[in-house]
Amino acid sequence: MRSRTVQSTVAIAASASLALAACGGAGGPQSGGSTKLTDDKVVLGLLNDQSGVYKDLSGPNSKVALEMAIDDYKAKYGEKAVAKTIEVVTADHQNKADIANSKAQEMYDRQKADVILDVPNSAAALAVATQAKNKKKLYLNIGAGTTALTGASCNKYTFHWAYNTAVLARGTAGTITQEGGTSWNIVYPDYAFGQDMNKSFSAEVATAGGSVGQSIASPFPSDNFATFITKAGEGSPKVVGSMHAGGDLINFVKQFNQSSLKGKVQLAVGLMFITDIHSLGVDQFAGTQFTDAWYWNFDEQNKKWADRFKEKTNTRPSFAHAANYSAAMNYLEAVQEAGTDDADAVVGKLEGKKINDVFLRNGEIRKADHAVTHDVYLAKVKSSAPEEWDYEDIEKTIPAAEAYGEANPACSMS
Amino acid sequence: MSEFIQYTLQGLAAGGFYALSALGLAVIFGVLGVVNFSHGACYMLGAVIAAVLLAELQVGFWVALLVVPILMFGFGVLMERLLVRWLLALDPLYNFLLTFGLTLILVEAVKQRYGVSGLPYEVPAGLGGQVSVGSVNLSAYAIFACVFSVAVCLAVGLLLTRTRIGMIVRASTEAPERTRALGINVGRWVTPVFGFGIALAGLAGVLAAPTRAITAEMGSNFIIILFAVVVIGGLGSILGAVVAGLLVGLVEAYGIAYAPTYAQIVIFVLMALVVLVRPSGLFGREEVA
Repeated sequence: MRSRTVQSTVAIAASASLALAACGGAGGPQSGGSTKLTDDKVVLGLLNDQSGVYKDLSGPNSKVALEMAIDDYKAKYGEKAVAKTIEVVTADHQNKADIANSKAQEMYDRQKADVILDVPNSAAALAVATQAKNKKKLYLNIGAGTTALTGASCNKYTFHWAYNTAVLARGTAGTITQEGGTSWNIVYPDYAFGQDMNKSFSAEVATAGGSVGQSIASPFPSDNFATFITKAGEGSPKVVGSMHAGGDLINFVKQFNQSSLKGKVQLAVGLMFITDIHSLGVDQFAGTQFTDAWYWNFDEQNKKWADRFKEKTNTRPSFAHAANYSAAMNYLEAVQEAGTDDADAVVGKLEGKKINDVFLRNGEIRKADHAVTHDVYLAKVKSSAPEEWDYEDIEKTIPAAEAYGEANPACSMS
Repeated sequence: MSEFIQYTLQGLAAGGFYALSALGLAVIFGVLGVVNFSHGACYMLGAVIAAVLLAELQVGFWVALLVVPILMFGFGVLMERLLVRWLLALDPLYNFLLTFGLTLILVEAVKQRYGVSGLPYEVPAGLGGQVSVGSVNLSAYAIFACVFSVAVCLAVGLLLTRTRIGMIVRASTEAPERTRALGINVGRWVTPVFGFGIALAGLAGVLAAPTRAITAEMGSNFIIILFAVVVIGGLGSILGAVVAGLLVGLVEAYGIAYAPTYAQIVIFVLMALVVLVRPSGLFGREEVA
């Protein structure tokens, strides 16, 4: 019995060294641990919008965030690091689901990506979730808002890191309604994201004891919102909610500020990024309340990280940049703990993990639906910026449990 | 009733701006027979240049209203001399494709240089408030933009119908051979007219800057509405562009007020109806059809 075990151990050792020899002797003595890594390296795939509307809020600078995570991982573990060689590969999905789909395949199969990160745009995000499930490789989504990632389309290999539309609704609609903004009119762009946001916000306003007088659909994209704004002011609501994004949001806010509602009715915005405030100017958004997943000038820890980011990029990070860092860092930590980049082993280390890092406060990777829950913030835009990019006052921290609620019942892990 | 008046005024305000924006398109088609697809991109360039002038050289709105059209005139002259002129003798489709390609280049270039999130721009001092009569409110800037637009349209109309230059330009387009026989250098007028059309696009861009998102893509959707305006008014007709601009503004405002989801569709339904009944547009010359 004993001799057979010895025999088989020798056999395994022999075939392992044979395999290594066949690989051109990559497994020298100094990288003995790396035999547990596929292809002897860890490859992070960054798939996002590098040229379109989401370029500024994640785009090429998310690569910088991933590289910061790699630096920190290597500094932390030094010689003991399981992943000695870590590469980043990037691709532009151009906000098209079919391109995202083929790029994800290419990343997993040809570029040997162990994990795909970011993927803003809900349609693109869902396409990549299907690839992750089929290829049994990890996928940490950051940029997309759709709750389907942790709902009907959830799977073992997909995690949703930063935010979703339900969180935005609970944060913004819930808080503003509780604070006395009880009557709302909502204007939303007439496509999947806008319709989703309108539903979530209307439900949350009602839950918090308020009412929505009108929900008005606007064609997408739109330039001229003057009449929409007039309609949104009818019935004298306390709050007008704009569910627009990008250029539509800027058009809406500019024209709202020139309308008679300015100063009389509170403007709430469904989804806003710091890059939106930067592009329109802080005074145009002054007083607008919205839910932010992270703010660079919230505390010392965030500020320190943002300073490092600024040295490399000459700009301040959006929450998506910080979340990309956090996701990459926690992925590498999980590889370290598991001692391998095998996807199932890494998933095992990630599930249920409680995390406090620069992005996640009171964070937990929820096992039931793979939502990465964490504290989010109700932000109000300052009336003037003390320094460039310092645009937000954090009015309230919304605890993770309140922001994320119960695990999504539509999700059944397979 | 006051709501209806409110919608009507908002429609007219938007419509005046549409008229000015479409005017350059109509002038260039009327005189050169070129369907300038890059009109939206030139409108975008006007707004971007205004924003850059403000951010980097502290040149304000009122100066930009003068300087930007001059710069865009120069750009238009170069465009005509270097590109458009060589294709004038061919099927109009060639220049349509050329200007379409140019649009892609301009939009990508602006994206590369200024990003995608857009550039900030303020409402000029004194025009930030509203003008209210009873329960009817209009933004002061929207009123200014409309009055200014209609005034420019009228001035261009007068220039073309009441001055010697206008007479020569019209004669050069309607009967080039006969005009040439009278000793007028027809070709000489083509370049400045093209530049003038592009300058009008730039002017509309400056006018849009305080009230619309200034992004590389701002002209991509807008050009479609402008084509609708020009088709409804009659290709090449200046009076047509003005009337159709106001009409489209009104139809859009009523659409938003009473059937918001269909607000943009009604514009194209209107266009289809006009083309069905009068293929050359409301004020187009019959032979165009």
